[in-house]
This record gives sequence, C-alpha cells and structure tokens, in this order.
Amino acid sequence: MAEGDVSKYRMVVIGGSAGSLDSILKIVAAVQEAVDVAFVVIVHRGKGGDSILTDLLSSQTTLVVKEVEDKELILPGTIYIAPPDYHLLLENEYTFSLDASEKVHYSRPSIDVTFESAALVYGPALVGVLLSGANADGAVGLKNIADAGGFTIAQQPATAEVGYMPQQAINLTKVSVILEGEDIGIFLRTLLK
Amino acid sequence: MHDKMENSVKDEELDLLLDELFRSYGYDFTNYARASLKRRVSRLMIIDRFPSFAELLYRVRQDPAYLTRMVEELTVNVTEMFRDPQVFKTIREEVLPILATHPFIRIWHAGCATGEEVYSMAILLDEANLLHKSLLYATDLNPTAIENIRKGVFPISEMKQYSENYILSGGKHDFSKYYTAKYNWAKFDDRLKAKMIVATHNLVSDRSFNEFVLIFCRNVLIYFDKYLQDNVLTLFDDSLEKLGFLVLGSKENLRFSPIARKFKQLENRERIWRKVM
Repeated sequence: MAEGDVSKYRMVVIGGSAGSLDSILKIVAAVQEAVDVAFVVIVHRGKGGDSILTDLLSSQTTLVVKEVEDKELILPGTIYIAPPDYHLLLENEYTFSLDASEKVHYSRPSIDVTFESAALVYGPALVGVLLSGANADGAVGLKNIADAGGFTIAQQPATAEVGYMPQQAINLTKVSVILEGEDIGIFLRTLLK
Repeated sequence: MHDKMENSVKDEELDLLLDELFRSYGYDFTNYARASLKRRVSRLMIIDRFPSFAELLYRVRQDPAYLTRMVEELTVNVTEMFRDPQVFKTIREEVLPILATHPFIRIWHAGCATGEEVYSMAILLDEANLLHKSLLYATDLNPTAIENIRKGVFPISEMKQYSENYILSGGKHDFSKYYTAKYNWAKFDDRLKAKMIVATHNLVSDRSFNEFVLIFCRNVLIYFDKYLQDNVLTLFDDSLEKLGFLVLGSKENLRFSPIARKFKQLENRERIWRKVM
C-alpha cells in the first residue's frame, strides 16, 4: 500500500480480452476520484472505427474518457483507450505514440506492448491490471511491470469468464494480488488514495 | 533504473546505432519516435539472434550488405488494400468528382511501403474512368518494399480481407477481376501498374519533387517526433497545389502543425484535408 498522503502511483494500465468488459466498467466507476492518475485501457476488439467502448466507459465516470490520438499528451484524471488496429506506446511520462507494426499474440493493440512500454517509463509508479481473456497476451507485460517495481493485479482465473489470460501471468510472475473481477475497482480506489 | 528489463534497447545504445547509420550510410532516424524505434531494434535482435547490442552494432559497422535488412526492419511496412474503407468511400464520393474536372491528375503516395494503397487508388481511378489521365507516384525510403510495387504481386491469403474492404469502400465489382491467382500470390493487372511511377524517397532528407493534387501519407507520421512531423507536413504543403487534398492515417492530425491554418478538414471528419490557402 502507498505510504504518506499521496499515492506513489501515477499511471494504471488495464488489459482485457474476452469477458473483461464487466470488470472494466466496474473499475472505471470506482476510480473517478483518482484525479492525479492517468488510466490506459487496452482491450482486444475488432477494427471498427466506432465509439461504443468510449461511450460505455464515459457513462460510468466523470473522468474524461478518450481514444488516444498520435502524440497525445498524457494527462492525469483521464482514461485513455488504445485505438483499434494500433499498438499504443509511451514516448515518455508525457506523451503517447502509436505504432501500426505487426500484431503481437494475434492482437493489435497488444497488451504486452503497452505494458512493457509503460513499465519502462513509469517503473515503480505504475499499476498493471490483467483481466479475463482467452489469449496469452499481457502475461509478459505484467512480468515487465513487476520487474520494474510496479504493482500488479491479476483477475482471479477461477471465477473470471475466461481465466486463461490472467492464469498465464500468474504462472509467469509473482503478481502482487489476485482479486475477483468485481473487487478490483474498490481495491484500486484504496491503492490510489 | 529498470535494468531488469534486459531485452530492451537502452537510450544510449539506440543513439550509438542511429549515429552509425547516419555517419556511415546517410540514413537519418534521429527524429523518429523513440518508443517504436526501440521496439524495432529489440525485435531485430531477437529475429536475427544477436546475443547483445554490441554484436548488432559490430555487424552494422562491418557489413554494409546488412544495411538493407536493417532499414527494412527498422521501418514498419505493414499496410493493406483499402485500409479504413470509409476513407476510400469518401475519396470516391467527394474527392474524385472534383479531380475529374482536372485535365491531368498527379497523386503522391508518400511512404507507401509495399504499395497496397497505390493499387487501391489505381482501382478507384479506373472505376471512375480517370486512370487514363492520372499518374501515381509511389515512394518509400525502403528499396526492397517498393520493388514489390513494380511486381504488383500480393499474398493471396489477404484477398478475402481486401475484397471485403473493397466492397465497404463502395466497390461494385467482383474484386477478383483485378488479379490473377498464381500459387500463393495474386498478380494484379498490369494496366494498373502502367500509371505508377515508383522511386525511393526519404521524407527526412529528400525535397519536394513535383506538384500534386492529392497526397497520401497514412500511418507514417506516427513514427516521427513532432519536429519531423512538422517538417514533413511543410514538405507536403509545398508539394500540393491549391485546393489539393492531403490524406493522413486514422489517428493522425494536422491540428497542431504549422500548416493547419491553410487546410480545412472534410465535413465528415475522415482524415482528409483540403488546402484552402
């Protein structure tokens, strides 16, 4: 847990695939007081240019929710969504960049790519959350976050809609906590205070 | 600080490599966005099995023949036909009717990699009966990638996706009429290629070479830092005739660039701008 008055965490990266939407909505609803933290959501989805995910998340929070544009500034109190068909990278603590290179784990955006990039930039000031999914994406990324001194959360595979993805991470690295999907939001709220 | 992530290339190492590529070979990657470039170098170290960064650097210094591969792998050459079909639909419906009034249509596909977009555009022009008075300049810094444009050959495995994209772009024909299948490859109609001019061009160091009515540069600027983006956008402004069109990638924007005041985005919010001043 954070010591002192201010949380040491400045960014939370959340990765999910099949069966993760419910947990994401609950997390977004729970953390709206964390105005000093930036959030990034990476979800495997189709290429469509629609705004359904942005609209859904917006309906849960007073924080700004938006899909990342190239070289967009990273602002606290904002929930950023990785755009479909691009990998989302961090140039430094202040700027995102996008990359349309080869898919990783059949996925673009890939959770591993963003997790690794955020770990390099934020180190111990980063929280990584890996949710339900049927793909091995995110496991190596969560290990990168742990290795860089960040805090890691995996959804409980036994009760996740698809437990494969968080289980891969748990097998690969010692995650900080394993939580039920519905409890992650409340836990984060306390962690980020 | 995070030295446990030994797979990643460090900033100092990247600087050494970029310096070498510039001094020995004249390729200037210094204003490329670093996060992506680091991933490319790390990836190259894995696929070409370099045990350390020092080994990679040694190879670059000692083996000029390796340079071609290096440039090919540092740049991203992922592209597809009719990528973001709505953009091509807008070009069909709103841009081509305007171009049709011109006696001659000169188009530049800047950083077009293996040329899927150029062929897509040639098909659009053909269907609008404009191909006969058009020229499509296809350029990339990567000589291997553009070689493919001259061949006009693309993987047959992609044709299902491209055919779907083509229909979504407003295409009315059977997409397969544009190519002949040979083993694992689709060879596109030479008629399309006849109107293409293929050349290497480096957006970092080469200048404007003609005046165009339409410039495509999609998902290239994302690999550049803000400084280089502004330079390249100015190059496009210099290369575009008044009332010409500029097409960028779906997450790229003119908004904060020095040329923004001279351009107006199309009403439907697709990433197409018209040069109004």
